Amino acid sequence: MNALQQYIDLYDANREFIEQQSPALLNMSRREAREQLATARLPRKGSEDYEASDLEAVFAHDYGVNVNRLPFDADPSNTFHCDVPNMSTCLYYSSNDAFHSSATAERNIGQVVVEPFSMAAVDYPELMASYYGKLANLSDPTVALNSLLVQDGLFIYVPDGVVAERPIQLVNIFNAALDMMVQRRLLIIVGKNASIKLLACDHTQSPDYHYLNNQVIEIVAMSGSHVDFYDLEESTPKTSRVSSVYVDQHEGSNVLIDGITLINGFTRNNYHVEVNGEHAETHLLGMTIASGEQHVDSHTFISHNAPRCNSNEMFKYVLNDNAVGAFAGKILVQPNCPRVEAYQGNRNLCGAPTAKMYTKPQLEIYTDDVMCSHGSAVGQLDEDALFYMRTRGIGIDEARRLLMQAFVADVIDGVRLDALKDRLHYLVEKRFAGTLSNCAGCMAACRPTE
Amino acid sequence: MLIIKDLQASIEDKQILKGINLTVKPGEVHAIMGPNGSGKSTLSAVLTGNPAYTVTGGSVEFYGKDLLALSPEDRAHEGLFLSFQYPVEIPGVSMVNFMRTALNEKRKYFGQEPLSAADFLKLMREKRSIVQLDNKLASRAVNEGFSGGEKKRNEIFQMAMLEPKLSILDETDSGLDIDALRIVASGVNTLKSKENATIVITHYQRLLDYIKPDFVHVLYKGRIVMSAGPELALELEDKGYDWIKEQVDSQQ
Repeated sequence: MNALQQYIDLYDANREFIEQQSPALLNMSRREAREQLATARLPRKGSEDYEASDLEAVFAHDYGVNVNRLPFDADPSNTFHCDVPNMSTCLYYSSNDAFHSSATAERNIGQVVVEPFSMAAVDYPELMASYYGKLANLSDPTVALNSLLVQDGLFIYVPDGVVAERPIQLVNIFNAALDMMVQRRLLIIVGKNASIKLLACDHTQSPDYHYLNNQVIEIVAMSGSHVDFYDLEESTPKTSRVSSVYVDQHEGSNVLIDGITLINGFTRNNYHVEVNGEHAETHLLGMTIASGEQHVDSHTFISHNAPRCNSNEMFKYVLNDNAVGAFAGKILVQPNCPRVEAYQGNRNLCGAPTAKMYTKPQLEIYTDDVMCSHGSAVGQLDEDALFYMRTRGIGIDEARRLLMQAFVADVIDGVRLDALKDRLHYLVEKRFAGTLSNCAGCMAACRPTE
Repeated sequence: MLIIKDLQASIEDKQILKGINLTVKPGEVHAIMGPNGSGKSTLSAVLTGNPAYTVTGGSVEFYGKDLLALSPEDRAHEGLFLSFQYPVEIPGVSMVNFMRTALNEKRKYFGQEPLSAADFLKLMREKRSIVQLDNKLASRAVNEGFSGGEKKRNEIFQMAMLEPKLSILDETDSGLDIDALRIVASGVNTLKSKENATIVITHYQRLLDYIKPDFVHVLYKGRIVMSAGPELALELEDKGYDWIKEQVDSQQ
């Protein structure tokens, strides 16, 4: 069986049509992707780097693909407000596989460019040609599949020296009335000494359908730039996501990536960071709170290709019920990269004997005179602390919640946006209290809270 | 208020308490002394419901209720408090959040509305002064990075906040210098009233100079083997436990 075949066949049958409505640039890498996929297979559970996740099974579901680019009626900005109080963001929406024009066109955010690929291919053809698909690795079949079927994406460009005052928020919503797979794609170019804070929120409005987001994100951080990318997933048990984030860091750049999963079905997050310039700083953070049958697998790779760089990686999981977590992290220090400081940590809390955590920290160092560490721990809640709290009258459930919240607090405190930090503390509190629905941020309240 | 009858308890199949009998009335201060390993801390753990211990016999009545049938949190709500010998550090949980949750859980138990933020902070300020606990400590994580003295002062501060009917002070004097001991003892004495009672577990007479007991009990091999007035503490300080041990061991 090959789950990819149904999508390859779909492409082959619709190739001309797909190419007609896409920018020429996308079609070039599309052909390359098609060649890769001719022999590619999705990894099964147990294969290398997929000890806990079965991608073949995830893609085997019969998802619809919106090849014809049929528009969905609802304008999500009318019903959906991802409500982060006290945070004034420039807000963009994508609904299923399309960026909503009414939501994207009317906003003017100074010199920062945010537009769909279809526009960017006309407005910034050189930038698109220089960077689209250059980081993403087509030998990964999910990345190839994204490149094969993608018809549009979001282009974010901060020119040299421009500091984006307001954070940019991208709300991705699934609301189609059928099972559906989308290929979300972002290309983010942050110029020299430029700065941007980006928050992506993945939501699902219809809990009844199966959705799969197979996304690819490429981030280029030029020298001296600052990039914060917060990636928050708050979907439904029937929503799957395979996400690959590629980062190219130049000299003196400072990149923070924080992936947060609160509610989902199946998620595989790949982070691939190439640190190519001296004095660059990388912060890679992850927080997962999973219960029920949630499955969250993070795979990180940081390659230090230049001397005198810092990277700091911390992933925390809180798993309850039958939740499965996985973390595999690798730090590579290439030859001739002295004075690199790289730290990696993965700490996990299993709140139930049925919850499972797979973890694999790795260091590979080819230079002397570096400081690196890696560590991983899986544990339960501290019994002494629980009893201490109970003797003060704090009930067992409340005590557990406080301890679980405390466990992830330092990852939240790594957020460099105060309003988002406060909001995350609040969302996590609600998550542990069991009162967070996937629509917590939605004014439409189309679904009663659990 | 507290009637302990023939209380027996074990940990991992090792019998520690072998039949404790003790009655405490409102307004009283009881001191429980005894050599290491006699079961003093086990008694406090069993009374507060530490799940590590198993009660194998006997009964404990607290204001007419079967104490042993209550969860640790409900025992706290009913008015039982333990000042830990080794207070637990809880990184990531602030003292403010911890105390507010504790207080509001108790109010919920009695069907009361949660305390407003302003009233709560006022109460914190007021009670903090009893043990001269710094405001900075109150805003930090529970016991994290506190010195030995600060931890014990923090225990008495929590006691002041929760206003228990019966407080058990387990080796509250251990790890305290003279000044800290005085502050902690004066805090305990300030909180003392005709309605509440205290059980002081200690090795030394020293603490009893500050917190005057009405009764002194000696615990040895899981039983209370001797009870008398405060003069017994002085005698123990003078002669040690050996004469009691000999007396008990020869009887067996």
